[in-house]
Amino acid sequence: MAASTATLSNSQVIARRRRSNRWPLYVVAVVLTAFFVVPIYLIAVAAMSPPAEISAFPKTLIPRSISFDTLVYFLTFRGVLPSIINSIVVALLTLALSTLIGTPGGYALARYVFRGRDPFRVLILVSRAFPISILAVPLAVTFINWNLYDTVVAVALVHTTLALPTTVLITSSIFLAVPIDLEEAAWTLGCTPAGAFMRVVLPLALPGIAAASIFTFVLSWNEVFAASILTVQSHTLPAQVLASLNESPLPYRFAGGFVLILPSLIFILIIRRYLLNMWGRVVK
Amino acid sequence: MQTTGVAIPSSISQDAAAGQAPAVRRARRRTIAPYLLLAPTVIFMAVFFLWPMLQAVALAFQTTTGQFSLQPVQTMLSDVNFWPSVRNTLLLTLVIVPSQVVLALIMALLLTAGLRGSGALLYAWAVPLAISDLAAGIVWFAIFTQNGYVNSVLNAFGVGPIIFLSYESPVALFFIVVIAEAWRATAIVMVILIAGLQVIPRDYSEAGEVFGATAWQRLRYITLPLLRPSLQVALILRTILAFQMFAVVIALAGRNLPVLAGEAYTWYGDNHNVGVAAAYSLLIMIFSLVNTGIYLRVLRVQDEQARMV
Repeated sequence: MAASTATLSNSQVIARRRRSNRWPLYVVAVVLTAFFVVPIYLIAVAAMSPPAEISAFPKTLIPRSISFDTLVYFLTFRGVLPSIINSIVVALLTLALSTLIGTPGGYALARYVFRGRDPFRVLILVSRAFPISILAVPLAVTFINWNLYDTVVAVALVHTTLALPTTVLITSSIFLAVPIDLEEAAWTLGCTPAGAFMRVVLPLALPGIAAASIFTFVLSWNEVFAASILTVQSHTLPAQVLASLNESPLPYRFAGGFVLILPSLIFILIIRRYLLNMWGRVVK
Repeated sequence: MQTTGVAIPSSISQDAAAGQAPAVRRARRRTIAPYLLLAPTVIFMAVFFLWPMLQAVALAFQTTTGQFSLQPVQTMLSDVNFWPSVRNTLLLTLVIVPSQVVLALIMALLLTAGLRGSGALLYAWAVPLAISDLAAGIVWFAIFTQNGYVNSVLNAFGVGPIIFLSYESPVALFFIVVIAEAWRATAIVMVILIAGLQVIPRDYSEAGEVFGATAWQRLRYITLPLLRPSLQVALILRTILAFQMFAVVIALAGRNLPVLAGEAYTWYGDNHNVGVAAAYSLLIMIFSLVNTGIYLRVLRVQDEQARMV
């Protein structure tokens, strides 16, 4: 036994030692998985139960019957459907604005060395240290003066402010990954810089930009503070749910929670392959 | 620009892919193009970020007619909910952020330990990544409310029902908010830490193992010091977000657990007092900036330590 161990390389010994006694790690992993997944399961069960069962006690962990009555009740509740439409419009506007405004900036950071480049990067990072409330409250006053208060445009502008720094940084790292050789080859062959960007760089960067815009969409969809401050009638979905939260019946709350979560689940499903790569970029 | 582009030899432009080639720097330094490209971002941020911030300071120090006054700040300071909201915000931050970091560290280490099914684990643990604070609050409300799932399970054992979410049970309320936040926002810390772990060479830990270091010693003296930059990014990010915690608390506790951002919301929405709302916002900003400053200072010192090691 000792002799056979001696013939193994160090890393093999380590690998063997690692494999033994690993069951506690699996136990921890299973417990953690339950902690993260079971709540999602429960809210899904709650939203798919008929309203009568939601008020019933004790509840069963496995649904007795599946019904869409609760979801239909929530979706047809006054103001809910318009707020979902508002949320989608705000998110799309935010996505368009931050991509249009931020992408050129990202390109500049990736391709040029210029005076003020590093201070700009630092400023972009520092802008995250400021809370959303410091923007939302004064902007409410400004938007009243501009006749923009209580509109989807107002909410989209604030969401763009939140998304823009991240958009600039992400697109900059995406453009860095596009080889400059290809762009220069296009110049050599007679493209203008703008033409080279449109025909060579943009097609290569597009998948990354698309991934970044999903992130922007979710950011906007989830944001509740500014949306609540800036709207009275044109609520987004989170603002709508929040405004009626404390006086609403349980089926409304549970269905609302589930509908709010749904896009996030789809989002994670889409980006699961790029999860680490992309969020690593987003948070740095 | 076209001509300078042609003039760059291809061997140098190879390096330029990394954005660092001196030839590119020189060739492109004098152009105004980057400033034009950055102008939209700068103008937008000036109008919708810098200006509102200055305006918030003004709003917190003036009467409704626009004269200088300490009244909004005084109203805030003498409000019944002021000190509770400061205390709750700081306490929640103090409990939530470290527990998220420890939990995320355990998760990140498990995922990089090469367990079978790591891919599926990462996916399952990342599920709350894109869930909003409001939705997370509602999810845990469904679990802990009087007729909720915890009481349903307890009922099967003949216990309860226990009323968790009430002003009469502030400690339970506090810790359920902690659980909800840990559930929602630990995944993002985990992602940061995994990214940090992936760049640490495996040899270091294996060398430690060959020389007989225990798993704990390897973690304490090899992995954690090398993970410091990622830990600090995670700490800064999470602390700033914890200071502005809002919807989780509203969904679970209403105003029974006042927090700073919640007070700003209430003063703006229910009391129609922009000045006091701005004063609360200003306070959150000061907390965030002071805290970031402290972290950055600590970060710099520790960076030097890390380099010396």
